[in-house]
Amino acid sequence: MTSIQSFIMALGHYNFLQSALLASIMVGLMSGVIGSFIILRGMSLMGDAISHSVLPGVALAYMLGINLLWGAAGFGLFAALLIGFVANHSRLKNDTAIGIVFSAFFALGFILISMAESSTNLHHILFGNVLAVSDQDLMTTAFILVIVLLFVVLLFKELQITSFDPHFAQVYGLNTQAIQYALMIVLTLVTGSALQTVGIILIVAMLITPAATAFLWTNRLDWMLVLAASFGLLASVVGLYFSYTFNWASGPAIVLMAALIFLVSFILAPKQGFIQKLGGQHD
Amino acid sequence: MLQIHHLTAGYAVKPVFETLSVDFSPGAITGIIGPNGAGKSTLIKAVLGLIPRQAGTVTFAGQPIKKLRRQIAYVEQRADLDLSFPINVEELVLTGTYSKLGLFKTPGKAERQAAQAALAQVKLLDFRKRQIGELSGGQLQRVFVARAIVQEAQVVILDEPFVGIDMHSEAEIMKILQAWREAGKTIIVVHHDLNKVRQYFDDLVVMNHGIIAAGPVEQVYQRETIQQAFSADLGAVLFQTVVEA
Repeated sequence: MTSIQSFIMALGHYNFLQSALLASIMVGLMSGVIGSFIILRGMSLMGDAISHSVLPGVALAYMLGINLLWGAAGFGLFAALLIGFVANHSRLKNDTAIGIVFSAFFALGFILISMAESSTNLHHILFGNVLAVSDQDLMTTAFILVIVLLFVVLLFKELQITSFDPHFAQVYGLNTQAIQYALMIVLTLVTGSALQTVGIILIVAMLITPAATAFLWTNRLDWMLVLAASFGLLASVVGLYFSYTFNWASGPAIVLMAALIFLVSFILAPKQGFIQKLGGQHD
Repeated sequence: MLQIHHLTAGYAVKPVFETLSVDFSPGAITGIIGPNGAGKSTLIKAVLGLIPRQAGTVTFAGQPIKKLRRQIAYVEQRADLDLSFPINVEELVLTGTYSKLGLFKTPGKAERQAAQAALAQVKLLDFRKRQIGELSGGQLQRVFVARAIVQEAQVVILDEPFVGIDMHSEAEIMKILQAWREAGKTIIVVHHDLNKVRQYFDDLVVMNHGIIAAGPVEQVYQRETIQQAFSADLGAVLFQTVVEA
């Protein structure tokens, strides 16, 4: 309990901790919301691929001295397009194309980072360093959160129908491919923001785990988005606390919290939970 | 009149059918039958724009079908959908209003009332808050028909609507199709077997990589046509069984 008190005290004293908390909250919210659509569309692997593929963009942005986010978003999108191109112009399946492209991008990024010999610690890019969030990072993250929320609120029914029944949407004349690419663009932006809190390697967990947890609790899409955002937020805040108190890397701390919330939900959630199955009441 | 003229579609190297022409009349229920792989689904997918047309035209009331997307309702095969998706029965029927709403607008009171009226027509109003995975196959098929009702389209295309559903649901769906016929709509049903062909359909299209025969059901539904589309032996057996039954 004393450590919680000292965490709250520190929050009052240290600017860097306030920034970290704000960044964690915003990233938790946006990754839960976008992650819900990622898992419902069966794009988990794509989410993982895009997040790994931003690494060369981050390295280049650092070398050029521009905002890391633009480099990340550019390369994330480039990877998504390349995956689509390889899958459409060969007889390879989509997951194979994803595997080839993202591992190549990640490898390239690794080499570029070591060439840059940056003070930007590779370890921090890979696993997150939320305690080093700058005011400018915070502004960018807030800007992206607004984009994510606008995107989801304005295009809610289009995202819903293209996730559930793309053929139906196509027949009535909706440009399903445009929706898909818009979602990928937003996904790369979220990845760019989440880079600082959880790091490249574990971003996929923030996209998938809170959304999957929410899926266990509700049969309504709007509630799923709200719950996923809440679980993302909760995991981020509690994870940050552990990261600060025990000096753990912020990414693994946050991701472990998300996994813990999932575990509890898996056991307790009524929809497809464990207890009902043990009791044999559920079919 | 929905007119298909010299349509070629399928795989780039090997089309499933070439220069296919057939008309579908308004105010009639038209069945499409043929053996597996005959190109029934390819035909309707090409009409719907789900797969590209390599050649030919599809028009409705003289206009290219591409301009009339909102005048077509499509009831696809249930097997293609994720039934664990977080959506309930009423929300699913509401998606039938999306084409008219356009971007950025959300369904309001009028749309909800339309959805509930359609659910009442297929006798599933009491199920409107159920998640779709909790329904039986027949109930779910009726929900998709309710969505087509809400779309208020002039052309309704159903892909094997009677596969794996109960008799009661089949009868309820037929009632809706007949109501649409009275309203002058063009109804096209891909049918999976030869059962009830005479009872259900006004017109019949028999396919096997092209049109074998098309026209009023009593003219088209003959042993020779069926034998030509299916194999001679199979056609004879199927036809005999159905007629005797």
